[in-house]
Amino acid sequence: MTANLALAVTAGILVACGVYLLLERSLTRILLGILIISNGVNLLFIVAAGDPGAAPIIGTATPEDTSDPLPQVMVLTAIVITMGVAAFVLTVAYRSFQLHGHDEVADDVEDARIRHLAELDDPSDSYEDTTFSDTGEDVVSE
Amino acid sequence: MPNLLPVPMLLAIAGAAVALVLPRRPGVQRLVSVVSLSAVVAVAGVLMWWTNQVGPVALWLGGWPEPLGIALVADRLSALMLFVASVVALCVLLFATGQDSDEQRRETPVSIFHPTFLLLMAGVSNAFLAGDLFNLFVGFEILLFASYVLLTLGGTPDRIRAGTTYIVVALLSSALFLVSISSIYAATGTVNLAHLSVRLRDITYPVQLLLEVLLVVTFAVKAAMFPLSAWLPDSYPTAPAPVTAVFAGLLTKVGVYAIIRTETLLFPESPVNDVLMAAALLTMVVGILGAIAQAEIKRMLSFTLVSHIGYMVFGISLASEDGMAAAIFYAAHHITIQATLFLVTGLIERRGGTSSLDGLGGLLRVAPVLALLFFLPAMNLAGIPPFSGFIGKLGLLQAGAADGSALAWAVIVGGVLTSLLTLIAMAKVWNRAFWGVTPAQRPQPPLDVVDADGVAARDPRPMPPLQVGATMALVAFGLALTVFAGPLYEYTHAAAAALRDGSYLAAVLPEGVR
Repeated sequence: MTANLALAVTAGILVACGVYLLLERSLTRILLGILIISNGVNLLFIVAAGDPGAAPIIGTATPEDTSDPLPQVMVLTAIVITMGVAAFVLTVAYRSFQLHGHDEVADDVEDARIRHLAELDDPSDSYEDTTFSDTGEDVVSE
Repeated sequence: MPNLLPVPMLLAIAGAAVALVLPRRPGVQRLVSVVSLSAVVAVAGVLMWWTNQVGPVALWLGGWPEPLGIALVADRLSALMLFVASVVALCVLLFATGQDSDEQRRETPVSIFHPTFLLLMAGVSNAFLAGDLFNLFVGFEILLFASYVLLTLGGTPDRIRAGTTYIVVALLSSALFLVSISSIYAATGTVNLAHLSVRLRDITYPVQLLLEVLLVVTFAVKAAMFPLSAWLPDSYPTAPAPVTAVFAGLLTKVGVYAIIRTETLLFPESPVNDVLMAAALLTMVVGILGAIAQAEIKRMLSFTLVSHIGYMVFGISLASEDGMAAAIFYAAHHITIQATLFLVTGLIERRGGTSSLDGLGGLLRVAPVLALLFFLPAMNLAGIPPFSGFIGKLGLLQAGAADGSALAWAVIVGGVLTSLLTLIAMAKVWNRAFWGVTPAQRPQPPLDVVDADGVAARDPRPMPPLQVGATMALVAFGLALTVFAGPLYEYTHAAAAALRDGSYLAAVLPEGVR
């Protein structure tokens, strides 16, 4: 079996473009990224199938001349799954648009909380700002 | 007997279909889903007993010549996982059934919840019983799809936010899984696990390593191993209590199961184990430090979930029979306990009005039964003797000491530390939620208490008897794991031994295809 270099390179380019889109904030662009990545991955399956041949239908060609049907079956399954995912992500994006007027992915709650605390410059409860009663000096020196 | 193998999937999918066409008859829907899940439990029990008698069993679907078709395989490991998972799912379903109508409308609308829940279980069963990588992928996709719907139930702002992160991460890991499958098919010409275990020996070492790393990274995302775990504590806590419970119990463990299966069957001698061991240490320590910082019970439990995945990964990375047996035991224990704790948190939220520790207090006096229901699994999670958590951890630490490398000793120290810190986190919940006085009696009641859902504290309400009953059943199941720890440990030992003795290959491909 010889691998098809052009297909492999195309798959790589598609996945790279998809990753770039995936890093965006807008859910619609993320969805486009996912679609492009899954197309790239589907191409990888075609590369894995090896040399192309006749359509793998019984009675039309000898088994030696047909292309490998198994990766085609897997790609079909993957395409169907991607379609379902795309529909679901679109509804989530639309719901987000209904709720907020945009479909941007929000920050992690933990992230937001820590950033909020840092902005407040809020010391913890166990920190006490005290001075010595006799000298009036700060207990915690700078 | 092999014809039993597809039955768990068929039961769950048929139940989902019937439940889906009866949206106007919630009573019938509940009956259908409870009956079909109970049947799954029964079938899984039979499979567990049977695989223990005869070893792995395989069924080739569709009558294709042998290495070509789709194989379903059950061995001791997958039967045990399936059994524990279905028992937990059944209890969670009963818990969800016990919600009153107001809560149901808001949290688990029956017409969607029941069919989706059953599909989730179908996906989990398929993943556990899959005999080839692509079927494993399909199982993952079924359960992930159901989980997308369950996680965003109701479409509230917080669930949409949490769901977005979850969905994008899951999609990315699925794409990675497909890349690994296509690379494996290109290198070997098969995706059947047993067939792969033969053919992978023939390909060159660098390619083997590449394929292994691809698979391990894919499953590490699903199992929430550090540093690929950041999505979990952010996305789980916002979902309704029954959904979080079943996610915490099952989903990450399916990832752990996939790591065990591929590491033992496809790549038995591998240098990746050291990396896994270091990742296990980091998962434990980073996860539990996150848990201690939380003041919201569901968030805290999500972080402990990440942290305790580290124990199982440690057992896998030891690559010894003892380590693997302890990891399998720990997985069974952890599925049960983590789900129980999330259900109890659902009850706390009801009885106390919120799941934020700032708005809770004095629950011991108000609801002593609830206190008991929290105390038992919490101590179990922290690994206090004589509970099953202690037995599992002891087994892991002993297997680590037997390994004896410096890294293993470091993980042992980290494991003991994590266990202690888990106890601190659980004690924090106990002190603030169960001891003391109720928030209303405090001199200065807290002003704005919001839980992980972003919902302000509600008025406390009594707990429905069915919910308490379902939680009690799960606590009792956790205790049964402790009481029958001896036979169970023997069983997991046999499971771990069978992973490496070639019986899986012999059962799937009796004629020895090349």
